[in-house]
Amino acid sequence: MISLSHVTKRYSSTVGIGPFDLQLPKGGVTALIGPNGAGKSTMLTMIGRLLDMDSGSIEVAGYDIASTKSRDLAKILSILRQENHFITRLTVRQLVGFGRFPYSQGRLTVDDERIISRYIDFLDLGELESRYLDQLSGGQRQRAYVAMVLCQDTEYVLLDEPLNNLDIAHSVAMMRHLRRAAEEFDRTIIVVLHDINFAATYADYICALKNGVLARFGTPGEIMRDDVLTEIFETDITVIETPGRPLVAVYF
Amino acid sequence: MTIATTDRTSGPASQPSPPRTVDAAERRSGAFRTARAHRRYWWIVGGLLALALVTSFGLVWWGNPMPIEHPGFWRIARRRAITVVVLLIVAVCQSLATVAFQTVTSNRIITPSIMGFESLYRAVQTTMVYLFGVAGVVALNNLQSFVLQVALMVGLACALYGWLLTGRYANLQVMLLVGIIIGTGLGSVASFMQRMLTPSEFDVLTARMFGSVGNADVAYFPVAIPLMVVAGGVLCFLARTLNAVALGREAATNLGVPHRRTLITVLVAAATLIAVSTALVGPMTFLGFLVATLSYQFADTHDHRYLLPMSVLIGFAVLTTAYFVMHHVFYAYGVVSILIELVGGTLFLIVILKKGRL
Repeated sequence: MISLSHVTKRYSSTVGIGPFDLQLPKGGVTALIGPNGAGKSTMLTMIGRLLDMDSGSIEVAGYDIASTKSRDLAKILSILRQENHFITRLTVRQLVGFGRFPYSQGRLTVDDERIISRYIDFLDLGELESRYLDQLSGGQRQRAYVAMVLCQDTEYVLLDEPLNNLDIAHSVAMMRHLRRAAEEFDRTIIVVLHDINFAATYADYICALKNGVLARFGTPGEIMRDDVLTEIFETDITVIETPGRPLVAVYF
Repeated sequence: MTIATTDRTSGPASQPSPPRTVDAAERRSGAFRTARAHRRYWWIVGGLLALALVTSFGLVWWGNPMPIEHPGFWRIARRRAITVVVLLIVAVCQSLATVAFQTVTSNRIITPSIMGFESLYRAVQTTMVYLFGVAGVVALNNLQSFVLQVALMVGLACALYGWLLTGRYANLQVMLLVGIIIGTGLGSVASFMQRMLTPSEFDVLTARMFGSVGNADVAYFPVAIPLMVVAGGVLCFLARTLNAVALGREAATNLGVPHRRTLITVLVAAATLIAVSTALVGPMTFLGFLVATLSYQFADTHDHRYLLPMSVLIGFAVLTTAYFVMHHVFYAYGVVSILIELVGGTLFLIVILKKGRL
C-alpha cells in the first residue's frame, strides 16, 4: 500500500499540486491518468523520492520515504523516468545488472546473475543482451530500462510514461509484459499513461488527476463512463462496448 | 463492464522464451562487452606501463653528463628522479579528478580546470608580481604559499559547491556556468594587470603561466603527496558508486545511491586534486581532458574500477613521454604543456575521427 497524506508541491504561488490524500492499493497495475499538467509525473516522482515534497508525508509499504534510508527504499520501490540518457556506453546486460546495485553495491554474485538473466529473458532481450544500448531501437531500449527496474526486485514499481514514443505493437507488448510482471512476480505496478484505452484494458485500478488534485479513483469499470471521462479531460468522450474487446473510449 | 483477465495475458509476447544453450547462471555481466575487450584492456595497460617505465628510466638515466662512478652522477639522477615523482603526482591528480568530475557532472566536455582553478592560480601569481615585483614571485616559492594557494582554490570550489548544490534550486548546470564565469572574470583581471607590468616582470611571470615541472619543489611533497593519496583514495574507493552515478541523478537515486552526498564528496576530492596539481606545476588545462577522453577510448568500459587506473597510467605515460622527447630530442627544457597540447590534441582528433563518438 502506498499512502499519501496532505502531500503538496508548490512551484510558485499559483502553480502547484496537492494536497493529496490518497491510498494506492497493493498488487496489480494502477494507472495514473489525467490531462497535461495535472501532476501525474510530479506525484510519481515524489513517491519515488526523486522530488522533494513541500509538505505532507508518503508511506510505501509502511516506510516513510522521507526518513527511510535511500538504500533500503531501493529494495522496496523502484522508479523509471521517461527520459534516460547515460553518458557511459552500456550493454543491455550491464544496464539490467545495475538493478542489483541496492543488494550487491556493484559486486554481482551468482544469484544476482541468475536474477539478471531471468528478467532479460522475461522481456525477450536474451538475443540482445551483449548489444550496446545505442545499437537498439527505441522499443528495445525501453524494454531494457524496464528490465532494469524489475531486476531491482522491488514490491512497488513506478513507471513514468513507459509507452512514450512506442508504436502500437510495442505499446501492447510492453503493457502485456507489465501485466505479467504484476501477476507472475506479484508486483505492484504504478504507471503513468496517456492513453485511457490502455489504462482501461491493462490496469486493475485507475487514478485520475486533474488540476493538481485527485479527481477520481476506481476500477476501469467505474472510470470508463462518458460523464466521468468528459469531466476529467474536458473533451467530449464516448465509451463504447465492442464485441470481444474491452471498453473503448472514443474522443476524436 | 469487467474485463476478462485471460485477454490481457494472451498473445505472442507472453510465450515463454526459447530454451537457451547457456545456463542462466552461467551468463556473466562483467565490465567488458567481450572477453576480447577485456584482454585488449590488459594489453594496453601492459603497453602503457612499459612506455612509462622506459621513458621514466630514460628521463633519469639518459644523457647524464657525469660518469656513473662519480658521485655527481647520482646527484643528477636524484634531481631527475624528483621530476618523475612530480610527473606522477600531476598524472594521478589530473586524471582521477577529471574522470570522476566528468562522471558526476554527466558531461565529457568540461574539466575541473575550467571551474576557475587555473584562473585563480593565474590571478594569484599575477597579483603577486604586480604588487611586489619579481620579489613577489620569489616569495611565492615556499611551502606556506603553496598551502595557501591550495587552500584558496579548494575554498573557492567548496564555497561554490556549497552555495549552488545545497540550495532550494540546486542545479549542477548553473554551478558550472557560475564557475566558468568566475574563471573568465579572474582571467580578465589577471590579463589587465599583466598589461601594466614591466617587460622583465612579465617575462618572469610568463614562465610560471605555463605548466612546468620546474615550478615544483621537493619541499611541497610532504603536503602534496598526502593530499593526493587521501583525495585520490576517496575517488578510487567510490569507483563502484561512480558507475551508478554515471546513470544520472534520478537513476542513481532509484538505485539507492545518496546522490547529493556522493556528488559533493567527489567534487571536493576533485577540487583538492586539481588544486594540488595546479599549485605544484601550474596550469595544465588540456591534460585532464585529453587523458580522460583517451581513457574512455582505450578502456572501452563503463566501469570506473578499470577507467580510473587506466587514466592514471595514460596521464603518466603522456607526461613522461612528452618530457623525454622535449629533453632528449628537442633539447627544450621547461614548458612541456606545449608538446602535450600539440601531440595530445592530434592524437585526440585521430581517435575521435576514427571512432566517431566521444
